[in-house]
Amino acid sequence: MAVCIAVIAKENYPLYIRSAPTENELKFHYMVHTSLDVVDEKISAMGKALVDQRELYLGLLYPTEDYKVYGYVTNSKVKFVMVVDSSNTALRDNEIRSMFRKLHNSYTDVMCNPFYNPGDRIQSRAFDNMVMSMMVQVC
Amino acid sequence: AGDQNLFTSIYPTLSQQLPREPMEWRRSYGRAPKMIHLESNFVQFKEELLPKEGNKALLTFPFLHIYWTECCDTEVYKATVKDDLTKWQNVLKAHSSVDWLIVVVENDAKKKNKTNILPRTSIVDKIRNDFCNKQSDRCVVLSDPLKDSSRTQESWNAFLTKLRTLLLMSFTKNLGKFEDDMRTLREKRTEPGWSFCEYFMVQEELAFVFEMLQQFEDALVQYDELDALFSQYVVNFGAGDGANWLAFFCQPVKSWNGLILRKPIDMEKRELIQRQEAALLDLRSYLFSRQCTLLLFLQRPWEVAQRALELLHSCVQELKLLEVSVPPGALDCWVFLSCLEVLQRIEGCCDRAQIDSNIAHTVGLWSYATEKLKSLGYLCGLVSEKGPNSEDLNRTVDLLAGLGAERPETANTAQSPYKKLKEALSSVEAFEKHYLDLSHATIEMYTSIGRIRSAKLVGKDLAEFYMRKKSPQKAEIYLQGALKNYLAEGWALPITHTRKQLAECQKHLGQIENYLQTSSLLASDHHLTEEERKYFCQEILTFASQQSDSPGHRIVLPMHSFAHLRDLHFDPSNAVVHVGGILSVEITVCSQMPIPVHMEQIAVNVHFSIEKNSYRKTAEWLTKHKTSNGIINFPAETSPLPASQNSLPALELYEMFERSPSDNSLNTTGIICRNVHMLLRRQESSSSLEVPSGLALEEGAHVLRCSSVTLEPGPNKIAFRTQAREPGTYTLRQLCASAGPVWFVLPHIYPIVQYDVYSQEPQLHVEPLADSLLAGIPQKVKFTVTTGHYTIKNGDSLQLSNVESMLILCQAENRAVVYSNTREQCSSALLRIQSSDKVTSISLPVAPAYHVIEFELEVLSLPSAPAARGESDLLGTPEPHRKHKDKQKTSHSMVTTDHKVSIDCPWSIYSTVIALTFSVPFRTTHSLLSSGTRKYVQVCVQNLSELEFQLSDSNLVDTGDSTDLQLIPLNTQSQQRIYSKQPVFFVWELKWTQEPPPSLRCQFSMRFSPASDERLSVSLKPYTYEFQVENFFTLYNVKAEISPPSGMEYCRTGSLCSLEVSITRLSDLLEVDKDDALTESEDYFSTRLMYEVVDNSSNWAVCGKSCGVISMPVAAQATHRVHMEVMPLFAGYLPLPDVRLFKYLPHHSAHSCQLDADSWIENDSLSVDKHGDEQLDSSSVKSRGSMHSASSSEHKGLPMPRLQALPAGQVFNSSTGMQVLVIPSQDDHVLEVSVT
Repeated sequence: MAVCIAVIAKENYPLYIRSAPTENELKFHYMVHTSLDVVDEKISAMGKALVDQRELYLGLLYPTEDYKVYGYVTNSKVKFVMVVDSSNTALRDNEIRSMFRKLHNSYTDVMCNPFYNPGDRIQSRAFDNMVMSMMVQVC
Repeated sequence: AGDQNLFTSIYPTLSQQLPREPMEWRRSYGRAPKMIHLESNFVQFKEELLPKEGNKALLTFPFLHIYWTECCDTEVYKATVKDDLTKWQNVLKAHSSVDWLIVVVENDAKKKNKTNILPRTSIVDKIRNDFCNKQSDRCVVLSDPLKDSSRTQESWNAFLTKLRTLLLMSFTKNLGKFEDDMRTLREKRTEPGWSFCEYFMVQEELAFVFEMLQQFEDALVQYDELDALFSQYVVNFGAGDGANWLAFFCQPVKSWNGLILRKPIDMEKRELIQRQEAALLDLRSYLFSRQCTLLLFLQRPWEVAQRALELLHSCVQELKLLEVSVPPGALDCWVFLSCLEVLQRIEGCCDRAQIDSNIAHTVGLWSYATEKLKSLGYLCGLVSEKGPNSEDLNRTVDLLAGLGAERPETANTAQSPYKKLKEALSSVEAFEKHYLDLSHATIEMYTSIGRIRSAKLVGKDLAEFYMRKKSPQKAEIYLQGALKNYLAEGWALPITHTRKQLAECQKHLGQIENYLQTSSLLASDHHLTEEERKYFCQEILTFASQQSDSPGHRIVLPMHSFAHLRDLHFDPSNAVVHVGGILSVEITVCSQMPIPVHMEQIAVNVHFSIEKNSYRKTAEWLTKHKTSNGIINFPAETSPLPASQNSLPALELYEMFERSPSDNSLNTTGIICRNVHMLLRRQESSSSLEVPSGLALEEGAHVLRCSSVTLEPGPNKIAFRTQAREPGTYTLRQLCASAGPVWFVLPHIYPIVQYDVYSQEPQLHVEPLADSLLAGIPQKVKFTVTTGHYTIKNGDSLQLSNVESMLILCQAENRAVVYSNTREQCSSALLRIQSSDKVTSISLPVAPAYHVIEFELEVLSLPSAPAARGESDLLGTPEPHRKHKDKQKTSHSMVTTDHKVSIDCPWSIYSTVIALTFSVPFRTTHSLLSSGTRKYVQVCVQNLSELEFQLSDSNLVDTGDSTDLQLIPLNTQSQQRIYSKQPVFFVWELKWTQEPPPSLRCQFSMRFSPASDERLSVSLKPYTYEFQVENFFTLYNVKAEISPPSGMEYCRTGSLCSLEVSITRLSDLLEVDKDDALTESEDYFSTRLMYEVVDNSSNWAVCGKSCGVISMPVAAQATHRVHMEVMPLFAGYLPLPDVRLFKYLPHHSAHSCQLDADSWIENDSLSVDKHGDEQLDSSSVKSRGSMHSASSSEHKGLPMPRLQALPAGQVFNSSTGMQVLVIPSQDDHVLEVSVT
């Protein structure tokens, strides 16, 4: 499904990043990092327009030849970025949306952990498993 | 059809007038009505032109057939026009066309010519009758179309409206039919023979119609639908559901000449599609060119850019999905050309400002083009240093061939994408120029819209390019920029990657310092493989081992990448050491290197400061404080977090309460942040993590060194030893590790680590072991010698000047224990004490400097009787302090004695004077008891201490010289135990044979020893108490007797009884009588006494005079009797009222007069103030009042006489303790019960 899933802190440093084909990890890191530009742009644009009923899903951030990068931002400005293979045409907006929602829920669980220090890298196994399930599941 | 000449004459006006007025166009399927302007082509009617069944062409479809005639003659009509009309109608019917109109043009000029004219209406009516049997509106009259009159205008208007309505009606009908057909065709798409291209042409026809009608939106919708349909097919194909027609598009790509957007309709491609020969790229190109055209019509150029990017991406994907074979680089060419084409097209239709403000939309295309050009360059060998080889050249030629010839429409423009690409691929230099142009433009655009990260990424590509071109100096700036960005946001992998590139770059540039620094960073980077890390580590080591040509040249690198300090351990653990002491510091350094690294030297620079605050340096303070275990832990480095995060100090928040000063109520409460200045400080824009700018080696005088250390990967312990020299505070500042010319420096050690060196003067402390020293018994005193910087040599001794009343007891075994400064026992030695008369010399054991010698001595303070007043003024003798002398009865504080001992210490020429305070454990009081003339002395010894004592050998001796006095002890026990806080009484009877002396000086002595400790080495001196008893001889015997009233057996309450007091002189004139009260008259002495009857317990009411002055003859057995009345107030056995005797001294008596006169006068009342309050207690108000009046009258204006109480021993009250039975009176009904 997804090839790379990243959780990025408000300050734009990665809280969690995992990509499925590990050999291309570096490329995904660059990609996710670059996509933050668009996230920032969208957030600032959104800040002006809709403050109250904000849509957390940012949509397609950054299409490249081979991958599509989708973004999602929580109310606390934690960003989720998902990189999806472009050839995977079965993934529509709705699926991406639901994946993000799942990710958000799992992230909320991580935050609820009293031993988790907000701002630290996420090392929760549950979160890991969830991310893995989203990446492995081939459609 | 019809009259051709007529039409030609009208046509200009018609075609001009028709589109002038908008028409409302109502459309089927609920689409919103629109206002449209109709414009139409008029074509002469030909039968061939009529559409055949199944014709799909909508554009050339005849919507309305019009028959023009200007016939006004019935004859002519009948002859020709009617036939002609009928024929026309038939033809139309045959083609099932129902949209027609007959126009009859009337012309006044023609009417005039013909006289036999029929009413014009008739022709029209005829035509209507003949042809328009149901639809009368199909026939229109146009009168005088070429004239300019109101009538003409009117008819024109009517005609045009009709024409428009009909046209539209027909159009709508046909369009609907067309759409229906199209849908039907689309529904057939699953059928095997269906062809997308055919359908494409049909739907495009519709799009053209909309475009013609200027309904670009609708036209665009048609194309979008086609686009979506095609995409869907491709997707389905990918999913295995392939359609036959699609296979055609899968043919290998042979041409990649990019998008053509300059022509509204690319007929060339259209024909290809029509002929079903278009490849996928052709179809896409054509589709997009149409969409682009329409979007530009709609003034949405930005959507073009956006769609273009999508299209390019999806095309690449589709080709991949359809497994179309594409020559390498062909797609890159296509994309590059297309990108530029789109960009130029957009630029062509927008002004500069518009473009600038919409960079966000186009920048994607720019960067895509850059990317593609880059990959083309790599493909064609244009990037490599050597230039393209033959294989690359062949490939280039192939690629250029695929571009085909340049399109004619762009042939003249110098900057056409085609030319650009061709030029770029032609030579290395040209490629570089174009690539740089593109890259710079892209970076600039990204930067201008704030997409810094994207800009950095492009920059990094550019850097890569430069590296390939062997110009690392240009690459460096981009790499540094990118690295800074990644570092600031803490992206570990990109950091590593960029650093790796940077390292290579720096290596090429010969920036040794930077290269080594980057290498050290990389060598410690866990994201790299072991081999890579080893490589970079080896790079450093190789450099370090190189014999540098300039000795003394150092390369200073920050430590944090190389290793980090984990903890530091001081020994001694309090990090306090005396001068000359050895301090060892053990640091744990975690080496980050992958292999063991040999360091020539590891040094800690120490900053030395003499603290002004001398208190901090005192050994006591230092040893007391800083009692941590000597381990200082350094915070672990949090490298993955960005610099902005970990550089921020933690918030320090404190509660704050502000209370109002008046009533202490809470005014304000809140939280204040203590380190606001730290937090709100402007963030350093450039955190110099990479650039060791401020890294300066501190060359301090004090350095802890450790040579030749091999640091293994992971924690290493390094121990430094130093001998403390100067007292002060030493702060560890820098940690440097050096290997050859390479120095790794930790510029600041934080948290601050300090050690203190102190110097201490030798000191002697003497303190008692117990809370307080007790006099009289051996007490232990602890001597503590803190040697400080003095080393105790053999033969050094303490010289104690002896004090007479304090003995230093030398015991056989007296051990001195030597401790080190950290309270570890070092040794113990026997103490040799030599005593002479004046001096006790204690030889100290040998002890090094900064040690503590402790030993105990027993001292004995000789007890001295505190009663011996005034005799202790000799120096060095006990100075009894009689504190609280007048409150002795109530306070239980012990009498203390201070002994001052001066001690000569070997390290000082001055002697130390030490005061020891001893407390006397006992308090002794005495009292004289009488029984008639027999006298007893009672001594009460009160133990004030916590200890128990064994008392023995109590003795009382007369220190006076009276030999005839005998003191006979009445104490039975020779030994007695006195418990803590308990008294013991001793009684002696005083016997004399001759006349007793007026005063008696006695000394009480007893031996005492602590009850717990039976054996004592020394004989203790007895405790003595001296006192004096005066006037102990009984002079008067007072006897009181109460007798019931006469005739009564018992006293009764309320009834008066008689009190008889008899005062008897027991002795003749004695020495003690000789005072002022004595009056002498011829050999007969008498003294004046005052008696007073007082009942303190309110048992009795004294009636009448309670006191009186009597003159007592001084002779033995002289008796004076006094009679008075008393009344018992209570029933029961009542003690007799007291009878007191005073000496009544006359007023002129010597010292009282002067002293007390003032007070007497002032008081202006009598005298007996000593007993005043007692009198108040007396219930006999009457008697007291009378006494007052009596005395006041007696002494008014005179100096008062003085009363002097007789000493206790001189009066014996023989009736003390007697009681009288009082029975209640019979009529006493009142019973007072008071309950408390």
